[in-house]
Amino acid sequence: MTPAQRRWLFGIGVTGLIAFYLWGLSGLPGFGHYPGPYGFIILRLAVRQTNATGIVSAVNFSYRGFDTVGEEFILFTAAAGTAVVLRRLRGERERSAVDQAADRDVPPTSGAIRMVALLFTGPVVVMGWWLASHAQTDPSGGFQGGVILATAFILVYLSGEFLVFKRFSPVNLTDAVEAVGAGGFAAIGVAAVPMGLAFLTNYLPLGQVPGAVSSSGTIALISFFVGLEVGAAFILIVGELLEQTLLIRQGSG
Amino acid sequence: MTAAVHTAYTVPIGFMDALQITVLVLVAAGATAVVLIRRQVHQVLVLSIYGVLLAVLFLAFQAPDVTLSELTVGAVALPVVLLLALAKIRKREE
Repeated sequence: MTPAQRRWLFGIGVTGLIAFYLWGLSGLPGFGHYPGPYGFIILRLAVRQTNATGIVSAVNFSYRGFDTVGEEFILFTAAAGTAVVLRRLRGERERSAVDQAADRDVPPTSGAIRMVALLFTGPVVVMGWWLASHAQTDPSGGFQGGVILATAFILVYLSGEFLVFKRFSPVNLTDAVEAVGAGGFAAIGVAAVPMGLAFLTNYLPLGQVPGAVSSSGTIALISFFVGLEVGAAFILIVGELLEQTLLIRQGSG
Repeated sequence: MTAAVHTAYTVPIGFMDALQITVLVLVAAGATAVVLIRRQVHQVLVLSIYGVLLAVLFLAFQAPDVTLSELTVGAVALPVVLLLALAKIRKREE
């Protein structure tokens, strides 16, 4: 195919894409004009039905909990896939787990970075747990909390060495936590079935006060398990990537 | 653009409009910058800043849950993964 032909083909494709795009845009509701009714119904009913004032979490973990189970297992599969793809292959060797670069000397970790990491690790852990355990009351949730918990471990790596990161997050433990998190979510959902209820029905007591941390039944519990799963999954993924970058070399010397 | 938010913290409509338009312009500029920058490590750092901008955008449009997700994934998790991958590639080229 000559360059001229290619340009023509590109031109036709782009014109078509722009035409369809504008056509699609013209059919959208105006900015800020939600056509409803699903959102309005949820806003009216959610607090009364679930005692959760974090309505987004009520939707994520209860009304559309089925979708979230799927997303949960996407992340679970991604972490498993990373572990499989980034294993040590034949013809690769491991070497010492010290930061190094081929073309320059690696500067020692500066005092400033150690200090910041030390100062932040504790608060970051607290914030992660807070987010994972307050999905039912505030804009937060297990997913955000889990990722923030995982960043605490990245801070540990930044302030020290890879080996310290490994000591804080042994693979067996993170594997187990991830499995408990993903399995816990599914188990909470399945437990409704022997009671004659639909999968993921909110069967736990909802508490007396809307917006209390102890309220909202399974929503709070599911968020907690999601936090475990997501935190462990991110630690695993980052750990695998660090290992791949730092330890594994081609050749067998 | 949006109706006033009548909560305990009522914000004037004009202020919200100005904030939303400012953030939209910043996000457009940030996205363009991410595409135009060619040096990869710089690109990842700008991508991280772009993630923060997007998070502010979601906050300005009253979606705090999405803000948190965008902050954690766009500004932290994705840049970390990209930086590690870049470090790996760089070593293979040695």
